[in-house]
Amino acid sequence: MAEPKRVERPLSPFMIGPYYRPQMTSISSILTRITGHALVAGALLGVWWLLAAATSEAYFQTANAVATSWFGDLVFTGSLWAVWYHYLAGLRHLYFDAGKGLDIPTAEKLGWACIIGSVVLTVITILLVQ
Amino acid sequence: MRYLTPRKRAEGRGAAHAGTEHHWSMTVSAVGLAFLVPVWLYVFGKTLGQPRDVVLETFASPFPAILTALVLVVGMRHFAMGATTMIEDYARGTTRKMLIIFVISLSWVIAATGLFALARMAL
Repeated sequence: MAEPKRVERPLSPFMIGPYYRPQMTSISSILTRITGHALVAGALLGVWWLLAAATSEAYFQTANAVATSWFGDLVFTGSLWAVWYHYLAGLRHLYFDAGKGLDIPTAEKLGWACIIGSVVLTVITILLVQ
Repeated sequence: MRYLTPRKRAEGRGAAHAGTEHHWSMTVSAVGLAFLVPVWLYVFGKTLGQPRDVVLETFASPFPAILTALVLVVGMRHFAMGATTMIEDYARGTTRKMLIIFVISLSWVIAATGLFALARMAL
């Protein structure tokens, strides 16, 4: 007879820290997930701003004041870096999926490329849209 | 009698016979977004901080409007699916189900709100 005992299966454990030394490969991977999810903040603010623009002048003044305040700058600048990081890390994923770049020296170089590249692209974008 | 060989039925589906669709869907939306996002960042960044009439004029033009609509729909689907995977990694049971329903709903709300705003500005 099958035992009706429930097995507590493990969820993904947090390995970085107590079990694994933080390394470029693991940190650049977890950053992909963090940036991807954090982008919802920028999406919410951006869509609210669009809705306000579509609705009325008064509503737009309110939303635009928030979107262009220090808080809005913080959210949008953070989102800009997050989107560029997630972008480069996503391209790296496609490269990994093709079975390339999986040796440790290359994977570590690609991690640095994501971090440095995302900062560079953020600065370039800010300069371009100013 | 089965006409498909066992290999044909198994190929590309993984041991669970499901789930690879999720990965493939993320790959497709990622490639789509790779083309859409840089151009959209420029359009949105240029428009942000402008007076309302400039904003209305921008999003009433076909290219910015279609581009923004695509970024919203593809981006929010990509987000919902990615968030689902994260929730499956760290939560279980009823919490998992409620969180997954919440992020999928939130993604649709964001996409629908953006599309409504675009329709109102463009039409």
